[in-house]
Amino acid sequence: MKLFGKYLLILFKSQMQYRTSFWLMSFGQFFIPFSVFAGLYFMFERFGQIKGWDFYEVALCFGVIHMAFSISECLGRGFDMFSTLVSNGDFDRLLVRPRGTVLQVLGSKFEFTRIGRLLQSLLVLGWAVYGIDVDWTFAKAITLLFMVVSGVFIFTGIFMLVAAMCFWTIQGLEIANIFTDGGREMAQYPLNIYQKWVVRFFTYVIPFGCVNYLPLLYILGKTDGSPLLHMLTPLAGCLFLVPCVLVWRFGVRHYRSTGS
Amino acid sequence: MITVSGISKSFKVAKRTSGVKSAFKALFRREYTEVAALNDISFAIKPGEIVGYIGPNGAGKSTTIKVMSGILVPDKGSCSIMGYTPWLDRVKYVQNIGVVFGQRSQLWWDVPVIDSFDLLRDIYDVPEAEYQENLKLLTETLDLGDLIHTPVRQLSLGQRMRCEIAASLLHSPSILFLDEPTIGLDAVSKIAVRQFISRINQEKGVTIILTTHDMNDIEALASRILLIGKGTLLYDGDIGTLRDKYVDETADGSSSIEDIIVRMYKEYQIT
Repeated sequence: MKLFGKYLLILFKSQMQYRTSFWLMSFGQFFIPFSVFAGLYFMFERFGQIKGWDFYEVALCFGVIHMAFSISECLGRGFDMFSTLVSNGDFDRLLVRPRGTVLQVLGSKFEFTRIGRLLQSLLVLGWAVYGIDVDWTFAKAITLLFMVVSGVFIFTGIFMLVAAMCFWTIQGLEIANIFTDGGREMAQYPLNIYQKWVVRFFTYVIPFGCVNYLPLLYILGKTDGSPLLHMLTPLAGCLFLVPCVLVWRFGVRHYRSTGS
Repeated sequence: MITVSGISKSFKVAKRTSGVKSAFKALFRREYTEVAALNDISFAIKPGEIVGYIGPNGAGKSTTIKVMSGILVPDKGSCSIMGYTPWLDRVKYVQNIGVVFGQRSQLWWDVPVIDSFDLLRDIYDVPEAEYQENLKLLTETLDLGDLIHTPVRQLSLGQRMRCEIAASLLHSPSILFLDEPTIGLDAVSKIAVRQFISRINQEKGVTIILTTHDMNDIEALASRILLIGKGTLLYDGDIGTLRDKYVDETADGSSSIEDIIVRMYKEYQIT
């Protein structure tokens, strides 16, 4: 963990060598989701609500998912950009160092410009928390935190899965963006506005439902089952990382036996 | 110290044919051919030796280095280095080795060299006292003085290579793998690198395995060479014997190591 911090520091120093580019990128990263959010705002302005969800409730969902996405893009960028690490052979270098591959790949790249997106999602989240009709308790605040953390785990898990695919294809897979960018776009709304099969997919396969929809019901006091169960659903999101790490390990083993 | 016995390794290589039609076909179905990169390679290296590992491009030098440094798992054969099997005990094993890939950098591009060194210290978990001592020694002998405060991207190739070599020795490894350490260097840098390699070998007793295409490297450093061609080990012995064997054929009786190697390649038909 300490080493992870050291990696973070050296790459931050590298990033600071290119300050103008950093500010411009961060600025851009602030405004991309901002325009999406503006769309959301005007839609609610016009329609008032979607399937019983009001503006602040959806904004909370939006804030959580975008925050999780920006944190995992910042910290998990090494996996997102893993194809370059394999194709230029630098992965060999990681293998001759006495550390685990997951830590080293994570440490190979950070995308600090996501601070823009993070800031934007923080503002939205703050606004939603302020405006929403909820009696905030300690348990609810913790749940909210869990939602973000769990979201980070899920996005990072997807990055990791896609990176593992690079061991077979060498080139990056744009198709994976369906699950990262696509998942983000879907999960920024409460899931029950979609078709049943979409909800099932994003609950049981890629458990985005566990990081926003189900715990959101708890926060809003809309649960019909056990509130504790809903509160704990973000943990399921964290579990998603387990198979991802296993697939990753399998990929590393394949790489080392084929050398391609 | 190092025992390699019967290592074989083959790669699947996608067949490529020319033409748009076949390229399109390859999108859906690919045909593979098995290429034997290493074929039953065996040798043993004693502590403190400098071994030159030579052979034409594509002979299997890098593959051997990758197997010995724990990156690749061979199809067959066994390998024991300091009691470890490199590909099984990777994390523990690599603590004891240093690897320099001449064509690739291990330093962080945009920050001063010393920052990379500090991070490597943390990666290898080198005790502070040992690290400072190594750093001092390396800075002096490789003449790194001002260089270590310069960002890597501003260094010349020769300067960078000196830093690369220093970086791979910070954790006091017992074995150093050098994959083409003098590639692209000018005469001055080449000689500096060679002198340093022989010095750490003598002073710290580091075992060195060196691949190169520059026969002067071999002549200056290695008392023993391993020649590999088409994945097979063809010669294992000292340079003197080799010279005696091939020197007579030349007209004037004296022959550079380069000529000898060319003749050897020809005799074994591996070029």
